[in-house]
Amino acid sequence: MDAQRYQAALRAGARPRLWEFVLWALAFAAPLVLPQHALMVNEIAIVALFAVSLDLILGYTGIVSLGHAGFFGFGAYVAALFAKHVMPDPTVGLLVAMAATAVLGAVASLTILRGSDLTRLMVTLGTALLLLELANKLDWLTGGADGLQGVVLGPVLGLFDFDLYGRTAAWYSLSVFLLLFVLMRRIVHSPFGATLMAIRDNRLRASAIGIPVVSRLAVVYTVAAAIAGAAGALLSQTTGFASLDVLAFDRSADVLLMLVIGGIGWLYGGIAGAIVFKVLQDSLSSITPQYWMFWIGLILVLLVLVGRDRLLRPQTWFRREKGAKA
Amino acid sequence: MSAVLSAKGLVMRFGGIVATNNVSIDLQKGARHALIGPNGAGKTTLVNILTGVLRPSEGNILLDGQDITGLAPHQRVQRGMVRTFQINQLFDSMTPLQTLALVVAQRRGLGGKWWQPVGSDAGVAARAGELLEQFRLAEVATQPTRQLAYGKRRLLEIAIALACEPRVLLLDEPVAGVPAGEREELLQTVAALPADVSVLLIEHDMDLVFSFANRMTVLVNGTLLTEGSPEEIAADPRVKEVYLGHGCGHDTPQGTDIQNG
Repeated sequence: MDAQRYQAALRAGARPRLWEFVLWALAFAAPLVLPQHALMVNEIAIVALFAVSLDLILGYTGIVSLGHAGFFGFGAYVAALFAKHVMPDPTVGLLVAMAATAVLGAVASLTILRGSDLTRLMVTLGTALLLLELANKLDWLTGGADGLQGVVLGPVLGLFDFDLYGRTAAWYSLSVFLLLFVLMRRIVHSPFGATLMAIRDNRLRASAIGIPVVSRLAVVYTVAAAIAGAAGALLSQTTGFASLDVLAFDRSADVLLMLVIGGIGWLYGGIAGAIVFKVLQDSLSSITPQYWMFWIGLILVLLVLVGRDRLLRPQTWFRREKGAKA
Repeated sequence: MSAVLSAKGLVMRFGGIVATNNVSIDLQKGARHALIGPNGAGKTTLVNILTGVLRPSEGNILLDGQDITGLAPHQRVQRGMVRTFQINQLFDSMTPLQTLALVVAQRRGLGGKWWQPVGSDAGVAARAGELLEQFRLAEVATQPTRQLAYGKRRLLEIAIALACEPRVLLLDEPVAGVPAGEREELLQTVAALPADVSVLLIEHDMDLVFSFANRMTVLVNGTLLTEGSPEEIAADPRVKEVYLGHGCGHDTPQGTDIQNG
């Protein structure tokens, strides 16, 4: 192989595929084709963005987190408060929420630089719980358990008013999602992204080839926090409401489940997981409003026991796995 | 003659145990220096101190006359001191091509670039390709590293270090555990290392040590026993005494002094 073939092989993974364009086109067409589901599309876009931001640190860098909702919720509250007290413009609010969450992420990154996975699970969980309790106690600011109400947003870019059917909301969220997704896609295929994967695969060797591990971890954690904050901001902006559940542990756990469903370390896993999770949640809860968690749980157990690849290929279900151990 | 790497009076204590006791070692430019000693002599500990994985209790390390004792491992790599590991430390989910491209990009200061894809720099791809050919990894270049045969993994281990463009290279038992059939390939690449790179070789295989080194240091129980030319070392009665009963060289069991040497 000559140098150009090596270069082509290196670039192959970064090239956008046709199906990616199709997927995004479908997503943007959805609020038009299925106007009755525009609110659902909006919600899926938001949780998918949230899930992809977790993939950046979990799938690509190997940082486990049970507290990613801390950043989501913080972004949601900042955006809601900004709209209520400072300025109703959604774009400015979004940027302010991202900047504020980035600062929080940079500070919180100090807690995940050392220690084992277990330490990180506990520390991230603790950080999110602290934020939740703060939001609960500071009720003069956040509305406490009643939630922050009376958030009214101006039109997007001064042009598009939020409508009752959620179509503007869906397109707004999808557009922000697409922009941030392109950003993350560039990051993971760049040399910077490769250094993250090197840290995930082997931290000892990563530092032995000159990668500044600690600063890389801090940077990617900050970026992921800012993007999770953007997802949270989209939620409070498009619903005009922020309540404590944006910071709740369930949200951190749900987003982890979405990544497990969709697969970690390829960005689209977060999207696939978010779609499957939300559609399941929606359809199951309309059938059995009280017990839908049971079915989600059952599906997860099956997913992990059987394996995602086999679950998607029913023809292999009753065949012995090739090379399976007795 | 000025040393590229110079360690003075290194002491490493783990609680009450002194793993390294007042060891000094100088590496000249282009040196082929071997560090030998029985298992548990503190060879790997010394490497870990030199590369910054461990902070010595006493003593200091100079690279090109500059004190690097307080620097983190990655900062020492950026200054040209690179190591290989006794146990392979690879990036298993990447291919050898991706691994070497990453290392070359990092070495060239492109590791922080986050917008362009990895393959956008033709120079990086070309250098990664050269290394793949040089280390006979070209035919497995695009296979995931975790699927490679042990000998190929061992070659990649050394190729990674060389991709860092070291001026000082610490080889920690490069042929450890390599099957006989793949050994020759590895020995040739070790012999073909660039002449201006100063190499410190830690090895149990005395054939390799005596064919490679032009200077040797013997470490016993964390203490420097002696240093000299291979002829002096071979003739030294104390060295023979140390190795008698320890089963000289050839098939010394591996893995007993991984991190705590």
